[in-house]
Amino acid sequence: MSDLVSIFRRYGVLIALVLLILLNFAITPHFATMQTLSVNLTQVCTIVIVGVGMTLVIATGGIDLSVGALMAIAGAMSPMFFTGQLIAIPNIYVGIALGIVIPIIIASLFGLFNGWLITRFSIQPIVATLVLFIAGRGIAQVSTNGDLQVFKVPEFQSIAIGRVLGVPFQVWIMVVVVGIAAFVLRRTVFGRQLLAVGGNEAAARLSGISVKRVKLIVYTVSGFCSAIAGLIVIAMNSAADANLIGLGMELDAIAAVAVGGTLLNGGRATIIGTLLGALIIQLVRYTLLANGVPDAAALVVKAGLIVLAVWLQRQERV
Amino acid sequence: MGRFKITPSIAVVLVLVLLVSLAAMRYDGFLGTYNVQSVLRYISMFSLVALGMCFVIMTGGIDLSVGSVAAMCSVISALLSPYGLAPGLVGGVAAGCLAGVVNGILITQLRILPFIATLATMLAASGSGLLLAKNQSVSVSYDTYFTQLGQGDLFSFVRPEWVDADGVGLFGSILGFVLSFPTPAWIAIVAYVVGGVVISHTSFGRHVLAVGGGTEASRLMGLPVDRTIFSVYIISGTLAGLAGVILAAQFGAGQPIEGIGWELFAIASVVVGGTLLSGGKGSVVGTLAGALLLGVIFTILNFENGMGWISLSAYWQSVVRGVFLLVVVILQSRLARQDSDRMKAT
Amino acid sequence: MTEIQPLLVMKAIDKSFGNVAALVGADLMVMPAEVMGLVGQNGAGKSTMIKVLNGAFQRDGGTVEFDGKPWIAGSPQQAQRAGVSTIFQEINLIGYRSVAENIYLGREIKRFAGFLDWEKMNAGARTLLARFNIDVDVTLALENFSTAVQQMVAIARAVSFEAKLVIMDEPTSSLDEAEVAVLMKTIRQLKAEGVAVIFVTHKLDELYQVCDRVTIMRDGRTVMVAHMGDISKLQLVASMLGRDLADVRARGATAFNDEKHDIGGELLEAKSLSVGRRVSDASFDIRKGEIVGLAGLLGSGRTETARAVFAADPKSRGRIVFGGKERDLRSPAEAIAAGMGYCSEDRKVQGIVPDMSVADNLTLALLPALTRVGTIDEAKQREIVQRFIQDIGIKCSGPHQKIRELSGGNQQKVLLARWLCMNPKLLILDEPTRGIDVGAKGEIQSLIGRFADEGLGVLMISSELEEIVEGADRVFVLRDGKTVAELNKAEISEQAVMQAMAHGAT
Repeated sequence: MSDLVSIFRRYGVLIALVLLILLNFAITPHFATMQTLSVNLTQVCTIVIVGVGMTLVIATGGIDLSVGALMAIAGAMSPMFFTGQLIAIPNIYVGIALGIVIPIIIASLFGLFNGWLITRFSIQPIVATLVLFIAGRGIAQVSTNGDLQVFKVPEFQSIAIGRVLGVPFQVWIMVVVVGIAAFVLRRTVFGRQLLAVGGNEAAARLSGISVKRVKLIVYTVSGFCSAIAGLIVIAMNSAADANLIGLGMELDAIAAVAVGGTLLNGGRATIIGTLLGALIIQLVRYTLLANGVPDAAALVVKAGLIVLAVWLQRQERV
Repeated sequence: MGRFKITPSIAVVLVLVLLVSLAAMRYDGFLGTYNVQSVLRYISMFSLVALGMCFVIMTGGIDLSVGSVAAMCSVISALLSPYGLAPGLVGGVAAGCLAGVVNGILITQLRILPFIATLATMLAASGSGLLLAKNQSVSVSYDTYFTQLGQGDLFSFVRPEWVDADGVGLFGSILGFVLSFPTPAWIAIVAYVVGGVVISHTSFGRHVLAVGGGTEASRLMGLPVDRTIFSVYIISGTLAGLAGVILAAQFGAGQPIEGIGWELFAIASVVVGGTLLSGGKGSVVGTLAGALLLGVIFTILNFENGMGWISLSAYWQSVVRGVFLLVVVILQSRLARQDSDRMKAT
Repeated sequence: MTEIQPLLVMKAIDKSFGNVAALVGADLMVMPAEVMGLVGQNGAGKSTMIKVLNGAFQRDGGTVEFDGKPWIAGSPQQAQRAGVSTIFQEINLIGYRSVAENIYLGREIKRFAGFLDWEKMNAGARTLLARFNIDVDVTLALENFSTAVQQMVAIARAVSFEAKLVIMDEPTSSLDEAEVAVLMKTIRQLKAEGVAVIFVTHKLDELYQVCDRVTIMRDGRTVMVAHMGDISKLQLVASMLGRDLADVRARGATAFNDEKHDIGGELLEAKSLSVGRRVSDASFDIRKGEIVGLAGLLGSGRTETARAVFAADPKSRGRIVFGGKERDLRSPAEAIAAGMGYCSEDRKVQGIVPDMSVADNLTLALLPALTRVGTIDEAKQREIVQRFIQDIGIKCSGPHQKIRELSGGNQQKVLLARWLCMNPKLLILDEPTRGIDVGAKGEIQSLIGRFADEGLGVLMISSELEEIVEGADRVFVLRDGKTVAELNKAEISEQAVMQAMAHGAT
């Protein structure tokens, strides 16, 4: 009996996902189509990518509220490069390259800034990242004057909607990000050090781990992930609106991380769990929508899911 | 006996007074009735939420749901407003109280971290508000006195005419100033006075601070830790409900999507006001000063805009607020470090 | 003559945490107005027994009767109201709150309408503390005061509750001689007033000053109850350890043997260290192959000094010469690179990473050396971990078991291994056998001795005098942040160390 219980604990998230899928097979029309799969995966990609960065941050015992704002900064800035607004570009590919690399660098630097606030001044992560949460979107809005930037650059858009082997490119990006993160977390020294910092920061420091370096890196990575997600969003929509990009993303990411099984105090993390968590939340929302339940109700259900997932986690820790 | 220490809270009050003085000199009409009234009306809602947040943070917790709860309650009170002022008021506040109860249960019974628990409540309240309002704002009925809660000026009927005359002197000016406060401001003032008294002069208030200063120690000392924590979330929810009621009354409509970011304004006010985010130490007066300070800065930015010296779009304001929070937080961490270095004389 | 009913009867108490049994059929009986000593090694179950009594823990089995009635205490608050007051060793007060507030928290004095009467509380606090010869500004925050004062405040609080039974858990751990005398006087006063006292202590001499009887616990059980007059200190120790009296007399109370180690040249020299506000002038030196004990009362600055040597905290003044070279180490990472290791005082707070496996905890400091292009060389890790598990005798279901499932003793072994696998030159151990059962304690003590034999220098901090006395080749005594005495092997004795700790070298 206790074996059954421990199996449930370890694979609970996966089991829940499978059950959800089966439920949908039964009651939702047109569920078992490639299109449905595609739609769901697409909507989930950006959440998972940001969620990966968030998972790493939470694993060190911190939190990053600025992810949505950083998405907006990256997404708002990017078109300015490949539409030749900022500097003249020789050809479109250079423009696109700049429009990808520079926003990523800038968002990563902002992430580094978060890490710096936390390590240099010992400011609590929730407050430190609150600063960019408040100011970051403003920065994005100021730099575009709040205007919507519409563009028609198919080469750029392909990073989101182009297809490789029939699967949208952004899904591949998600897979790569998840794969790398999972590998780093499980198999590298840095991954162990990260988990040690979250599990017992004092012990980690006394064991010679540079806690400062670990934290600086994870917040930078979170900024990096936010940038990628922001670029995907604008590529999908073929437009960049600084007011809307990434709005509410921090909550979605945290929810995915929590449902996926990563402990919120740090020390234990699962990247795959975050992926599954995001899928579950997305699937629940889809199930409700497809069956005629108003979207607002999905919020309530999302809340219930989070509570359930966290409470189940607690039972495990005794 | 007793030295006078410049605590962070006192510092905030000083900065507030300084800023207001400077602004009064620089901008025409800054201290004029119209401006004061609108600023106060605007800030009252936020400061109520900040008060609730102050209590929660003092216990070492956090309440992310206040914004959504306020929004939800604004909808509920708007829906009830046709029945009169009382139903609107009571309904909205009761809904907020209920949200607080839910938070309390999640945190003390199910032992879920406050961050996550209130995150969930925030989503649930947001969804509930949208559902009840059918995704649009809900007009408030003007047939009852309900709107007086938000738009009225409570004591204006006792305001004597002579305070408006020229050369009326300091006492007259101050009297006139105070009596022109809008109703929401009076509600907030009463709330803060009660809050301040509770924290300093009742055992419940001391328990709130004790629990934040050492939860396990408090438990071992025999304090009703769970009950205290439960109570502060009820307080926070109730105040958020009250803020939502005022929101509906003020704008004439319940807004299910308003309230986003309120919790962060509240946290910022509390932190700026000198209350430790980790709990156990803080000041109700400081929180009020913090809320006023943030609101005054916002107003100053509006004025600067109007003066044309700089053209600060609304977007710059969030940048400025973020920077301001940053400066305050860094200063606080510096002060805290100095303090703890001094403390190690043990 | 009517028989006096016992005040407290705890019978056959069981208590487990997960699958670790802390109490197995333990008993405790106290008569009214009696001072009962409660002793046992760390991990014997004394604290657990007390927490079961005062409601902090709920027992799994057994009965408790207080004042003739079944005892139900769901919480310390209930226990207090029912007449049982506790003073813990850790200062369980609220640092941010004032002294007066800490004394009255939970039973505040009120005026009309529920308003607090600060004047009465402040005055009451002053009067109460005056009984203990303490005169401080009761309106200041508690954290402003020294550990000793804080402990006295805690004692004052517990005593003021009009309890029928006061439990004191290591109340003298940070008190100097004068303060201990005041405490003893208070206990006698309580007894005269009809209040019973349970007195838990490590310092066996104190038992003889004030206790009527003593209960000895070992490995979660009660092994002996005796009148103070009927039992000698050696018998006490032997009973606590579960060994033969003659054996203890011959071989000592610890597993440290008496043979001399080969002591080599100078390894570490610390000169006039000043750390934060607590340590102002600590000096000592350690030679290769030597075990140096660092003794002192709670709050004397031992841990702070050790941490400064390991560069875990910055020193404001002083010099450290390690391996012949003057060092300016800025972080534990640098200290580790230089060849030091450090086992912290509280393994739960600063030692183990609870969710990680035994293997990961063991190799935590070694990780940078275990890499192959950034990834972990798992084969090498496995080999090292296996080697140490066998060599030191770590009992676990396998290297992948989560460390928090291990017993305290085995966790401590993993932490020791964390440093040993780095081949350090100097090992700093802060309370290495705290909270560990008797058996594992002995194993760790012999391990320490073994490594010293192999040439490792050891700086050992311990509050258990036998460990210092029997294990150290030399002892430095700290008092109020200053080195006050250095004792050579010949000069080391319990008497000498205690004298120095309490008075300083006069």
